[in-house]
Amino acid sequence: MKIDFNADKPIYIQLAEEIEDAVLSGAYEEEAQIPSTTEISVSYKINPATALKGINLLVDSGIVYKKRGLGMFVSSNAKEKISDKRRVAFFDAYITSLVSEAKKLSITKEDIIKMLERGFDK
Amino acid sequence: MSYIELKNITKTFGNTVALDNLSLELEQNKIYGLLGRNGAGKTTLLNLITNKLFPTEGEILIDGDSVIENDRPLSKVYFMTEKNFYPDTMTIKSAFKWGREFYPDFDEDYAVRLSEKFSLKIEKKIKSLSTGYKSIFKIVMALSCNTPVILLDEPVLGLDANHRDLFYKELLQSYSEKPRTIIISTHLIEEAADIIEDVIVIKNGRIIMKDSVENVLSQGCCVSGSAAAVDKFTAGKNILGYDALGGLKTAYLLEEIETQAVPEGLEVSKLDLQKLFIYMTNS
Repeated sequence: MKIDFNADKPIYIQLAEEIEDAVLSGAYEEEAQIPSTTEISVSYKINPATALKGINLLVDSGIVYKKRGLGMFVSSNAKEKISDKRRVAFFDAYITSLVSEAKKLSITKEDIIKMLERGFDK
Repeated sequence: MSYIELKNITKTFGNTVALDNLSLELEQNKIYGLLGRNGAGKTTLLNLITNKLFPTEGEILIDGDSVIENDRPLSKVYFMTEKNFYPDTMTIKSAFKWGREFYPDFDEDYAVRLSEKFSLKIEKKIKSLSTGYKSIFKIVMALSCNTPVILLDEPVLGLDANHRDLFYKELLQSYSEKPRTIIISTHLIEEAADIIEDVIVIKNGRIIMKDSVENVLSQGCCVSGSAAAVDKFTAGKNILGYDALGGLKTAYLLEEIETQAVPEGLEVSKLDLQKLFIYMTNS
């Protein structure tokens, strides 16, 4: 996992996204335990309150849950939840910036569609 | 509820006003970053909290008790400072033994374990240590004393990158296990930015900012583009400073900007704590 401390996003959001990525890639399997707030805080050198805030985002969206006295675990349908959430955000996250950069460079819609086809064929 | 309270503190040295009617409330079990340029009054502030200096005016309370000539609140605070208060001939090992005399909850086993992690040889005399290892010795003392408050004045002075990394990790580990009120005064802002929860910026003996790092960062931003467009967009906003390179201009703001409100051709990006500090305390 990697956090970019210079990125425009707050660290706790980056942390939540990193853990989501790890769930999607299978690094943290469903029903497996994720690192504790302390472990995250120490290994990234971030304040425990920041780490907790990131984890709480995942709790709120049902991606991880707390087992009392044991720690935090990945929910059984976490992968599906993350994909669903990210599909909704896909337009804002990728298409908007793609179109804006394309306009700056005078790349047409047709050019982009051709590039997309090339990308998918790769 | 605030744990440490400074009420209208003024401290003068002759004609110099070091702290100017400063009030500050600190909560329990938070990590604070105390930032300020050289001579801003950081160390004076820490010396006042620990009764090493008396305020000219005002009052300081720890957990409701005045700190002036009062052992009870002072036993709750460990002050790691640049100055060395240990006798020259004392070994590190005996300093650990003595630690318990002054701080009843001093954890000697932990002190020894932490020394090993830093490869600090505890048979050595304190005066024989290099600058870096003097800092390490003081770090070990500070983290082992288990007081409710730890004041760290330039804790990483002379530490190499590996030891700084280890220090931040051990600090967070120790803080997670035993939450305490920690104040870190440092010039290495970039390194401490993610460790601290709240930031206090002091300038010319006054506090010019006290807020959570998260809030501060969500407000600070830089807007860059052509000089005319930047000036037009930032007019009337809270501008901390400018940079210009030819016709390109960057304005540093302390104000939240809605991305939708930004005209085309202007780029808005985040301002990190160090840059923000520099622009707030320049001039």
